[in-house]
Amino acid sequence: MAADRSQEAVAPAGNDRGAASGPILRTEELTMRFGGLTAVNKVSIAIQRGEIRAIIGPNGAGKSTFFNCITGVLRPTSGRIFLNGEDVAGLPPNEVSHKGLARSYQITNILPGASVLENVRIAAQSRRHAWNMVRNRFSFPDVLDRARAVLDSVGLREAEDELAANLSHGAQRNLEIGIALATEPQLLCLDEPTAGMSVSETRITVELVRRIAKDLTIVIVEHDMEVVMGLAKTITVLHYGEVLAEGTPAQIQANPRVQEVYLKT
Amino acid sequence: MGIPFDQILIQTINGLVNGMILALVASGLTLIFGIMDVVNFAHGELVMLGAFTGATTLAVTGNFWLALIVATLAIAAFGAVLQVSTLRPLLGRDPLTTILATFGISLVLQKYALWQWGPSARKLQEPITGQFTLFYLQYPWYRIATALLSAAIIGALYLFLKYGKFGIWIRAAMQDRVMAQAMGIPVPSLHIAVFAIGAGMAAASGVLFGPLAGVTQNIGADFTLRAFIVVVVGGMGNLGGSILASIFISLLEAYASLIVSPSQAVIVSFVALILTLLFRPTGLFVPTPK
Amino acid sequence: MLTLDNVHTYYGKSHILHGVSIEVRAGEVVGLLGRNGVGKSTTLKTVMGLVRPSEGSVTFEGREIGGMASHHVAHLGIAWVPEDRRIFRLLSVMENLRTGLDRPGVTEARRTALLDKIYASFPVLAERRNQAGGTLSGGEQQMLAIARAMMLEPKIILLDEPTEGLMPRMVSQIREIIEVLHRDGVAILLVEQNVPLTLEASERVYIMEKGVVRHHAPAADLQANHAVIHQYLGV
Repeated sequence: MAADRSQEAVAPAGNDRGAASGPILRTEELTMRFGGLTAVNKVSIAIQRGEIRAIIGPNGAGKSTFFNCITGVLRPTSGRIFLNGEDVAGLPPNEVSHKGLARSYQITNILPGASVLENVRIAAQSRRHAWNMVRNRFSFPDVLDRARAVLDSVGLREAEDELAANLSHGAQRNLEIGIALATEPQLLCLDEPTAGMSVSETRITVELVRRIAKDLTIVIVEHDMEVVMGLAKTITVLHYGEVLAEGTPAQIQANPRVQEVYLKT
Repeated sequence: MGIPFDQILIQTINGLVNGMILALVASGLTLIFGIMDVVNFAHGELVMLGAFTGATTLAVTGNFWLALIVATLAIAAFGAVLQVSTLRPLLGRDPLTTILATFGISLVLQKYALWQWGPSARKLQEPITGQFTLFYLQYPWYRIATALLSAAIIGALYLFLKYGKFGIWIRAAMQDRVMAQAMGIPVPSLHIAVFAIGAGMAAASGVLFGPLAGVTQNIGADFTLRAFIVVVVGGMGNLGGSILASIFISLLEAYASLIVSPSQAVIVSFVALILTLLFRPTGLFVPTPK
Repeated sequence: MLTLDNVHTYYGKSHILHGVSIEVRAGEVVGLLGRNGVGKSTTLKTVMGLVRPSEGSVTFEGREIGGMASHHVAHLGIAWVPEDRRIFRLLSVMENLRTGLDRPGVTEARRTALLDKIYASFPVLAERRNQAGGTLSGGEQQMLAIARAMMLEPKIILLDEPTEGLMPRMVSQIREIIEVLHRDGVAILLVEQNVPLTLEASERVYIMEKGVVRHHAPAADLQANHAVIHQYLGV
């Protein structure tokens, strides 16, 4: 391990021991145009391994579009996206996922007809033995163990046999995070994970994210300032598709331009 | 090619005549889709029921035009009942549900017609006999009359949509159902009205076409099929497009039947459908969306 | 005149409003502030009958309207100007206005008078009366959306972020329109993220966070109290 940590944030554990140092995700002049509308305009950011990065900004700032670009849902008009040093701009979501990026969605994307355990197990299996169609799905103990471990970290282990459709909204959103976790990502992208949650459910999710952040890098788009300030190590503020400011929560709060943009004063 | 010019001319007229009658059916269908997102697979059966109702009325009263009016109004009323009882509860469900529902309704209606009127074909006598000379052939006046009448009905529909208060309501609801309702427009009632209008128009074309093609409980399927091809080629929900497409498809088939038999000529309609879906899926006569 | 009492609204399983209580009296301008996603638009949609509250009540002039179909809500005197304006793009400006004008019980004379009044207040719309709604600029569409709502001669207008995406010049025009409506005695429930405009235009302001009302004060008090504004709206 490097003695000088001043350039990096928390040292990552897990399965990227062999990966190059340097930011886990870097965008270079990322631009997304829809006809005449430039939703994301030459955005260049670098996310270090082990960070928790929040992306915030007022309505129409381009947060979702930016998110969709880095997760492969949209093909950017121009610019590059480097995941672990490899340009992934324009790759479809399944390929981006194989390269170590996982994503949760704003509209819950679980399998309502399957059990909680099954939801996570399917995701875990996509990483190991994905093409093995011959053996019974329960004959892969490593997959089951992984699934159960994920359920532990998202606090749903007791509910493992519940039908996913029967979970509360907050639990479903956490299950969504679990499904993303089960794919063993290096970078986890969360899209408004606390949307539609009550205050208490929000607190549970924030705790959950803090717990899993120890082994991962996390990028989170959120509107809830309490969540953002409580979780993020670094915040990127987008405005009209451009980076307005970047810094620690304290720096962002003290930034008069940011306040101006949010309060339109 | 060596096809005589007068045959081409005759087929052109045939194509136009058939096109206008088809337009009557298709415009109702596209309107229904435009305002309530319902793909009405029972639309051909409404044509069929109109034809039977017309035939029965004609047999009783001896007056073709009275039969036309009675059939139109009766089936329009039936359409309203159908909408309220079967389709309104399905509003907002996924399209497959309404497709299955209307398909089921079409089966029920076919069997009902069989039960009500028996298996033999009915005769609808055309009100205008007599022909005029077109080159060396005699061409029936009645065919021209149906084309003109269809055109008149469609023209009336167009004016109604463009200028009347209800026309604005219908066009608003077709564009944005939620906002239209929030403006106080009674959208649920509009749905009933539009379905009734579509059903009435279908019934009218059944009566008009009856003397030309006969009246059996199977004629519905042919109409549904062609009407759908027209609606897709013309752009779903696009009234002007469906009229142009009706004429286009009917002309295509008319010309094709110069070369192959009429029952094979329908293939060109399918080819047009496939090409439209491949290259201009929003409709041939609709500008490609930006 | 309009009261929401402990209203809970869901979108599917997503619990958006967690017990919202708001009141708007006749002729008042009331502001509703809050960041994105807190449920401001959902509050307006619940009043308008576009979503049904699962709990709590919505009353207008003493009558329970929670879950009522939106065309009936409109007839009671509540008009909605949505966040994305939702102009009928293929209808002309005039036809857009007619969707609100063609109501039962309105004489021809009254209609002409209303139309003239609107064209006087919005000369831009008079100019473009036969143009298709979709060809108007963003600011003009916002004018049209408000004018269209005014055609209903409502007792209260639900205004959802009218200044979003508009240039400063248009923002002050919107401010003027709100003033005119207020003088005419129309109540307004104004959802906004533009804090200064809202504090200036409103008499009272509610601040929402995470589906509940967290703060409620006269606008004048809030203008002096920057701490609260920063807490709920800033970063």
